[in-house]
Amino acid sequence: MKENYTGKPANRVDGRAKVTGEAKYAAEFNVPNLLHGVVVNSAIAKGTIKSIDTSAALQLAGVVQVFTHENRPGYTWLDSHYMDEDAPPGSPFRPFYNNQILFSMQPVALVVAESFELARYAALLVKVEYEAQPHETDLESNLPRAYTPKKYKSPPPTDPRGDADTAFAQATFKVEEAYAHPAHHHNPMEMHASIAIWHEDGKMTIYDKIQGVQNSQKYISTAFGIPQEDVQVLSPFVGGAFGSGLRPQYQLFLAVLAARELKRAVKVGLTRQQMFSFGHRPATVQRLALGASAEGELEAVKHDAIAETSRFEDYNEDVVIWPGVLYDCENVKVSHQLVDLDVFTPLDMRAPGGVTGTFALEVAIDEMAYQLGIDPLEFRLKNYTNTDQNKGKPYSSKELKECYRQGAERFGWSKRKMEPRSMKEGHQLIGWGMANGAWEAKQQEAAAKAVFSPDGKLTVSCATADIGTGTYTVMSQIAAETMGLPLEEVTFKLGDSTLPKSPLEGGSWTVSSVGSAVKLVCEKLQEQLLEQARKMENSPFKDANPEDVSFAEGRMFLTQAPAQSISILEAVQQNEGQPLVAEASQKPDKNQKNYSSYSHSATFVEVMVDEDLGTVKVTRMVSAIAAGRIINPKTGRSQILGGSVWGIGAALQEHTVMDHRLGRFMNHDLDKYHVPVSADIHETDVIFVEEKDEIVNPIGAKGLGEIGIVSIAPAIVNAVFHATGKRIRELPITLDKLL
Amino acid sequence: MSPENAPGTAAAQRPTLPETRTVTLRVNGTSHQLQIAPWTSVLDALREHLQLTGTKKGCDHGQCGACTILLDGKRINSCLTLAVMQENKEITTIEGLAKNGELHPVQQAFIDHDAFQCGYCTPGQICSVIGLVNEGKAKTLDDIKDLMSGNVCRCGAYANIVQVAQEALERNTGL
Repeated sequence: MKENYTGKPANRVDGRAKVTGEAKYAAEFNVPNLLHGVVVNSAIAKGTIKSIDTSAALQLAGVVQVFTHENRPGYTWLDSHYMDEDAPPGSPFRPFYNNQILFSMQPVALVVAESFELARYAALLVKVEYEAQPHETDLESNLPRAYTPKKYKSPPPTDPRGDADTAFAQATFKVEEAYAHPAHHHNPMEMHASIAIWHEDGKMTIYDKIQGVQNSQKYISTAFGIPQEDVQVLSPFVGGAFGSGLRPQYQLFLAVLAARELKRAVKVGLTRQQMFSFGHRPATVQRLALGASAEGELEAVKHDAIAETSRFEDYNEDVVIWPGVLYDCENVKVSHQLVDLDVFTPLDMRAPGGVTGTFALEVAIDEMAYQLGIDPLEFRLKNYTNTDQNKGKPYSSKELKECYRQGAERFGWSKRKMEPRSMKEGHQLIGWGMANGAWEAKQQEAAAKAVFSPDGKLTVSCATADIGTGTYTVMSQIAAETMGLPLEEVTFKLGDSTLPKSPLEGGSWTVSSVGSAVKLVCEKLQEQLLEQARKMENSPFKDANPEDVSFAEGRMFLTQAPAQSISILEAVQQNEGQPLVAEASQKPDKNQKNYSSYSHSATFVEVMVDEDLGTVKVTRMVSAIAAGRIINPKTGRSQILGGSVWGIGAALQEHTVMDHRLGRFMNHDLDKYHVPVSADIHETDVIFVEEKDEIVNPIGAKGLGEIGIVSIAPAIVNAVFHATGKRIRELPITLDKLL
Repeated sequence: MSPENAPGTAAAQRPTLPETRTVTLRVNGTSHQLQIAPWTSVLDALREHLQLTGTKKGCDHGQCGACTILLDGKRINSCLTLAVMQENKEITTIEGLAKNGELHPVQQAFIDHDAFQCGYCTPGQICSVIGLVNEGKAKTLDDIKDLMSGNVCRCGAYANIVQVAQEALERNTGL
């Protein structure tokens, strides 16, 4: 691709809408005659509902109905009808299906009223009596129940390579430790909400907070038995999601249920507390056993993970693939088991498995470097791999060494003294730590449509999402670039289920998948423009083939004779005043199967730890990223900065705390579930390392949503060790662990 | 007492609600008369009753700052105050910052510095930066960070937001 619009910083095309308040999120559409639904949640974690008394709520003037399992219409019971694109193996949760309570804060009633204030008040009047049964919510005390799931959601752990047990037993240097990662909740700033609008012909228009409008569309279609074409789901702006919007959440089902029964428009919005009543990053315990030779070569890696899941679905994620992705080692054995608990099913959360697994591996690697007395960066270089050891395939590109070099130089790593507690400023112990990470660069099938109108405006569309990732902007850039048009002439549409097919917006694959489809559809449009141009009198393009023609600066020309050119506008106007329309679907190229594709990161961190108080401040951070082509360095940098903030949260603050007596998450608000704020963020440097990759996808971009977070928390843990000499293996590093 | 109102009967337990009130709110220079419950927050009055949805609800508990507005030029969490208490005050929301289609300098700076991603906390952040400038308390970079810490950004755009605030203080462009 030419370097006109991609590869250069561009302001967000939706920026103005977002800074003026014009951008509308799911709960914000002004629908006439709208009803408001408020959810009542279960007070117990396990048992049955003995009775629900809704009479007091129903007596209030303006309360229209209270839905519960007792009056829920008898929809389909088939599991497959409730499975969405991101459903793990198992039996999906069906709201109001029966009187069984499967987890604390399960929705048990929906109060629908003419105003929000009334619905909220009436919800307080709903009296639920339960018959509680003993629940299990504690992963650690249930570890003996760990099982291997019949079916894994993500690829099952790889078969052992070599003989890790013997190699570990015979290794000169050994690290064998347990690492604990707590549950986290996504907590996007916008709380989940849906507006379901019932039309007289039985069709539905739905505004939903979701990372894939077609996922919600299919889910509603099968769960309610409505033809797919009669359900339109819209989600033009999403106020963050980070995975929380990969699955349709229960407010969508309830809004649709109420709208269909009441033949009205119904809005159901969740509260911040209710944002803790569905999926979360699962609590996971890991054991890492590393063996190394005196020369610093990794001889054995054993990585075992046990994670929580619900009683009804087997959720798992890629926790134990990272040794094979990151290090050269002949003897490797990994496992991933589950413990089912009385909680809601965990849910992919920004770099699922990557955050959890990289934390344990990269801390263990640091521990081994210290045993060996080798600089942690040098130890990683000694065990560098150019092939993906899990798949036995070469990387399509891997510039991690360049990340090390540029990151270390920017940070000043060479000045580091190996010894812990060797730097101090007053009461502040200073520590420097590093870690590296990776994230898979996948491409999914996606489709796009392009409409080029005679006034020179190009509209490209796909049913994908922009959850803050910059989809609107980078897709516009790719289209403008391919067509040789000014960015202002291009509009990208998304978040509408009637648009061409899109995969879920997640997994860092949107630029790769949707971007490739956008490029292809624009190339198809170019062929049409060439056909139109051939029709012109004395056309220089009469004998030209598509490969002979270039598009730039609003003109199309013969590549070999650029003076032979016409304006693109002239060409489109040959179509008798009609727009040119192209559609295309892009699948991954078969050649990708011969390679493994990952983006890589190296993070260097400085922390200051107060010797008396144990408070940790991340004073300086450099992240060097190799992620193929960077379409928009401005929005890309923001994504990496955001990942760094998330890493600081994971290292020092985030922890959803379960009260096991109640089986309930106790810190379910933004006062007690701590996320970083401005005061926690200091010098953060982002380096994009040049990486060319013509295999990964036609765009050459690997995606940036997840690579920015994975290596941050372990680098901070390692820096805290360097500062204090204390090795923390249980996140987050709260001050009690350092005193 | 009629039999149906006798203690223990359904009617006696019937909850009663305070009557709605007529409240006049002055928002972005325009007065609006609303018939709302006495416990309707300014945030819900703006979003649900005036359709001014630029002001965001992120927690409804004063813990996130997404609902920050300017009340007589001072930044407040609009979820923590009731509409009935704010008559005769000048409320400025994100919708009232641009003048004749021209963005307020802080709005433009948010775009130029890419100080947001999903955009949901952004109206609150922008009002908060303007409020910060009006307060005149922030003297150092650490002050700015501390005084902007009531506005959570889950996308993690803090580095860019703080840069916008720094520039705004240098320009000293309040409302």
